[in-house]
Amino acid sequence: MGASQSAGTEHEFQDLADRTGFSLEQIGNINKRFRQLTNNEETLSREDLASIPALDNNPIRAQIINAFFDKRNLHQNETGTVQEIGFEEFLLVMTHFRPAAMGLTEEERENLRREKLRFLFNMHDTDSDGTITLEEYRWVVEELLSKAGIIGQETAKAIADAAMLEVAGTTRGKMEPDEFYEGITFENFLQILKTFDIETRMHVRFLNMDTATLRCGKSK
Amino acid sequence: MSVRVALHSPRGSRSFLERGLLLLVMLIFLEGTVLTLGAASSPDISAQDNTGGGDDQRGIEGRHGHANYTKKAFPVLSLDYRHIHVPFEISLWVLLASLMKLGFHLIPRLSSIVPESCLLIVVGLLVGGLIKLAGEEVPPVLDSNLFFLCLLPPIILDAGYFLPIRPFMENIGTILMFAVVGTLWNAFFVGGLLYAVCQIEGTYLSQVELLPCLLFGSIISAVDPVAVLAVFEEIHINELLHILVFGESLLNDAVTVVLYHLFEEYSDAGEVTPMDVVLGVICFLIVSLGGIAVGTIYGILAAFTSRFTSHTRVIEPLFVFVYSYMAYLSAEMFHLSGIMALIACGAVMRPYVEANISHKSHTTVKYFLKMWSSVSETLIFIFLGVATVAGPHAWNWTFVSVTVILCLVSRVIGVVGLTFIINKFRIVKLTTKDQFIVAYGGLRGAIAFSLGYLLDKDLFPMRTMFLTAIITEIFFTVFVQGMTIKPLVDLLAVKKKQEAKRSINEEIHTQFLDHLLTGIEDICGHYGHHHWKDKLNRFNKKYIKKCLIAGERYKEPQLIAFYHKMEFKQAIELVESGGGVKLPSAMPSQVSMQNIQPKKLPPAVAERALPQFTKGREEEIRKILRSNLQKTRQRLRSYNRHTLVADPFEDGWNDFILKKQRMIELEKKMSNYLTVPAAPPDSPTMCRARLASDPNAFYNIKASSDGVPTIQVDLASPQSPDSVNMLNEFSKRGATDQGLGQREGADRDEDQGLMMKPSSAGIEEKGEEGGGNKNPGLMRCLSDPGPSNEDEEDEPFLP
Repeated sequence: MGASQSAGTEHEFQDLADRTGFSLEQIGNINKRFRQLTNNEETLSREDLASIPALDNNPIRAQIINAFFDKRNLHQNETGTVQEIGFEEFLLVMTHFRPAAMGLTEEERENLRREKLRFLFNMHDTDSDGTITLEEYRWVVEELLSKAGIIGQETAKAIADAAMLEVAGTTRGKMEPDEFYEGITFENFLQILKTFDIETRMHVRFLNMDTATLRCGKSK
Repeated sequence: MSVRVALHSPRGSRSFLERGLLLLVMLIFLEGTVLTLGAASSPDISAQDNTGGGDDQRGIEGRHGHANYTKKAFPVLSLDYRHIHVPFEISLWVLLASLMKLGFHLIPRLSSIVPESCLLIVVGLLVGGLIKLAGEEVPPVLDSNLFFLCLLPPIILDAGYFLPIRPFMENIGTILMFAVVGTLWNAFFVGGLLYAVCQIEGTYLSQVELLPCLLFGSIISAVDPVAVLAVFEEIHINELLHILVFGESLLNDAVTVVLYHLFEEYSDAGEVTPMDVVLGVICFLIVSLGGIAVGTIYGILAAFTSRFTSHTRVIEPLFVFVYSYMAYLSAEMFHLSGIMALIACGAVMRPYVEANISHKSHTTVKYFLKMWSSVSETLIFIFLGVATVAGPHAWNWTFVSVTVILCLVSRVIGVVGLTFIINKFRIVKLTTKDQFIVAYGGLRGAIAFSLGYLLDKDLFPMRTMFLTAIITEIFFTVFVQGMTIKPLVDLLAVKKKQEAKRSINEEIHTQFLDHLLTGIEDICGHYGHHHWKDKLNRFNKKYIKKCLIAGERYKEPQLIAFYHKMEFKQAIELVESGGGVKLPSAMPSQVSMQNIQPKKLPPAVAERALPQFTKGREEEIRKILRSNLQKTRQRLRSYNRHTLVADPFEDGWNDFILKKQRMIELEKKMSNYLTVPAAPPDSPTMCRARLASDPNAFYNIKASSDGVPTIQVDLASPQSPDSVNMLNEFSKRGATDQGLGQREGADRDEDQGLMMKPSSAGIEEKGEEGGGNKNPGLMRCLSDPGPSNEDEEDEPFLP
C-alpha cells in the first residue's frame, strides 16, 4: 500500500517536509516514535497502536485507531480501510493536527478548517457514505459515554436524538411531519460547528516533542 | 430598561428625561442633607455630641433637674439618633448607592456614553461637596478596614465563583506573565523614574527618597479588578481579552502585597539588601501559593459540607458565603493574598457545590452574589468621590503629571514587550489590537487608594502627596480611559463577545476532541497538555467527586450533566414563558422526532408517551413542573420563617393562569430534549399511559364529554387585589380566549388541586394569539430582569 520506507534518509525527509509542512526535526522525532511503535519494522498495523497502554483509558480508542487506517484520511480519493500503513501515511494523518500558522489568509484558514473538520467527519461517518446517520451519531455518543456505566447507555440515545434534532432544526428549519432527514452531510457539519474554532483547538504541540519525552508505547 | 423609555414617544421621553434628571438631583440633595445630619452627629466629631439626640432629653432633664428626684412627665416620644446612628448611616449610604444605580438607568443616553463608574464618582464628589458645604467634616468613609474587609470581598467572590475556568486555565501562562512580570516591571519603572525626576533640581521634591518612591510605584502599578470589572462589563469584548485583563487584575494582588510590605518594612531602614530581595521572592511564593492553598482548603470544606445539606436546603447558600469569607479572613490573618484565596475557594467549590445544592439555592447564591457585588462596587466608587473631597491634598504639578504619564508609558511598554515574548509560546497569538486593548484596559482603582491610605503618616511625610497623585491617576484611568475605551473598541473593530449559546453538538464535539487529542498525544508518546488534563479529570472522577458529591450524581459524566441541564432549562422555559411562536431559540422545534427517526413501525403509543430518561431525572423534572404549577393550600395559614413553601399566589393571579395555559401547550410541544411526542392529546390511550407512569399525577384527566376546554382552579384563598383585576381583564378580553374565559366557574374542590383538561388543537392557536397580544403587565410579572444570563451558569462542572 504505502511506499516502502528505508531508514529515513535526509533526502526523503526533506521531501516529506516539503509536502507536509513539518520541520525536519519534527519529522525526525515522529519517525523515531514510529520506529518505536512498529518495533523497527516498516509498517504499522492496528495491533501496534492497540498495544499502547495509555490508550486503554480512552473511550474513543477504537475510532482513533481506525482513523489512521482510513483511506479517506490518507489523501486518497478512495474509501475503505487498509491493514497497514507506512511512515508516510502516519505522517499524513498527523498533519491534521498541526496548529494554524500565523498570518494565514482567510482562504487558507477556511481550507484548514475544512481539512480538520473533514477528519472529524470521517471519524463519525463509519460507512463512508458521506452522511452521518442517526445510528452512526448514536454510536458516537455511546462510545463517548462508554466509560460511564449504565447511566451512560440509557441517556446516550436521548442525547444523540437531541443533537440530531438540533442539527436538523438548524440546517433544515421547519420540516413537514412526513419529511425525513437522512443524516448530517459535510456541509451541515460545517454549519453546526461554525462557532467552534477548530483551527486553534485541534492541534498537538509538536513543537515540544523531543526524544526525551518519548516513552516506549509497548506494554511489557 | 432603555427599551421601556424608547417605547414612549419622543416628546414623552424628553419629559421623562427631565423628570429623571430632576429626580436624580433631588435624590442627591436629599441624601446629602440626611448624610450631613448623620455626619454631624457621628462620634468622630468630638466637638458636637449633643446636637441631634440630646436636646429633648436635656430639655426634660433641665426642667426637673434640681437636686431631688421629682417625677417627670413620661416621655411619650423622644428622639435618640445616637442609638442607631451607625447602622442608620450605613443603610443610608447603601440606599444612596442603590438609588443612584436606579437613577442612571432611567437616563439611557447618559449611561451609554459615560460608564457607570464615572457617574458614581461624580455623585460621590457631589455628596462630599454637600457635606463640606454644610460645614461638617466629611467622614472618612474609605477607611481601609471597611474597604478590605467589607467592600472588596463580595466583588472578588462574585468574580471567583463565576470565573470561566476553561479560558482562564488555557491562558494561565499569559495571565501570570502579565500579572507577575508586568506588575514588577511597572512598579520599578514608575518608582525608579519618579525618584530620578524627584532628584532633579527645581522640583522641591528632593526629600523624597528611593524606597518611598518604589513603594509608591508598587501601589500604583497594580491593575484594579473592581475598575476593570466595572468598565469591561459594559464594552462586551471577546472572552480572551476579558479574561486576560481580568485575570491579570486578580492575580497581581500577591505581587502588590509582597512589594508593599517589603518596601514599607524597609523604608525607615533606608535600604534593601540582596538578602531582602531573596526573602521577598520567597515571600511572594508563600503569599501566592499559601493564599491559593487556604482558599482550596476552605473550598473543599464547603463542598464537603454541601454534601449533607439535602435536608436543610434553606441554609445552603449560607455555607457558600461563610466559607468563602472565612477563607478571605484567614488569608488576611497571615498576610497572605486574600484575593487569591477567595478566587481559589470559589473556583474549587463551585463544581461540587452546584452538583449538590438545590436549584433554588443555586439561584439564591447567584442573586446574592450579584447583588452584594453590585452594591459594593457602587459604594466603592461613591466613596472614592467622597474621599477625594475629604482630602487632605497636597498638589504638586510635577509629581502628579509625571506619575500619570509614566504609568501610561510603562504599561504600554510592558504589554508590548511581554507580548513579544509570550507570542513565541502561544498558539493563538495576540495581535496589535489585542495588545492595545490590554494596555489601555489597565485601570487603577480603589485598592491603590486604600493601600495609600494605610501608609503611616510619620514614616511617610509625603503621604498626602502620594494620595493626591493616586487619586489623580485613578480619576484619569477611570474617566479618560474608561470613557474612551468603548468608542475605541468599536473603532478598532475588536472582536466582541459572541453570544453563542451552548449547543449539545458543540458539547459532544468538545468532549470528542478532548479525547481525540489525548489519544493522539498518547500515540505520539508525548506527555502533553491534554494528557495531563485527562489524568486530572480521571483522578477527579475517581476520588474527589466521590467524596464531595452527594448521592449517585458523582458518577455522572460531564456530557450527561450538560444534557440534563439543558433539559431542565427547557422544561422550565416551557412552563414559565414558552408557548406558541415565542419559543426561545434554544428550541427550534419545528423539527420533531418523526423527522429524524428512520421510517419504521411507530412503537406502541404507550411506550412513546414515556419520556426517555431515567426515573430519577423524570421525578426531578416533574417536581419542578409541579412546584411551578401546583397550588398549595398551606398559604397564609402557617407562615413559617424556616420553611420554604411553594407559593404560586405570590406572583399574583396573572402568571398563575398563564402557567396553566402553558402547561396545556406543553402537552403538544415537542422539544429536542423532552421527547414527549405530540400525539393527539385526547387519545385516551395517551392519557392513561401518562397517568399510569406518574403516580403523583397532578392533573386529573377525565374524559370530557363537552368540547369546551375548562380549567378548574381552587379558589381557596382569594386574596390579592390583583386577582380581581385579572379576572376582569380576562373577562374583558372575553370570547377569544376560550380556555381562559371559563375560569369563573370554579368550585371549591378540596381534593383536587387543579383540574385541567387538555384541550383540542383549537386552543393552541388561541393561546398563541392570546400570548401575542398579552398584557405588558403580565410580562413584567413573568420577566425576570435579574443578573444577566451569562453563560457562566452553563459551564459544565469541570472543563
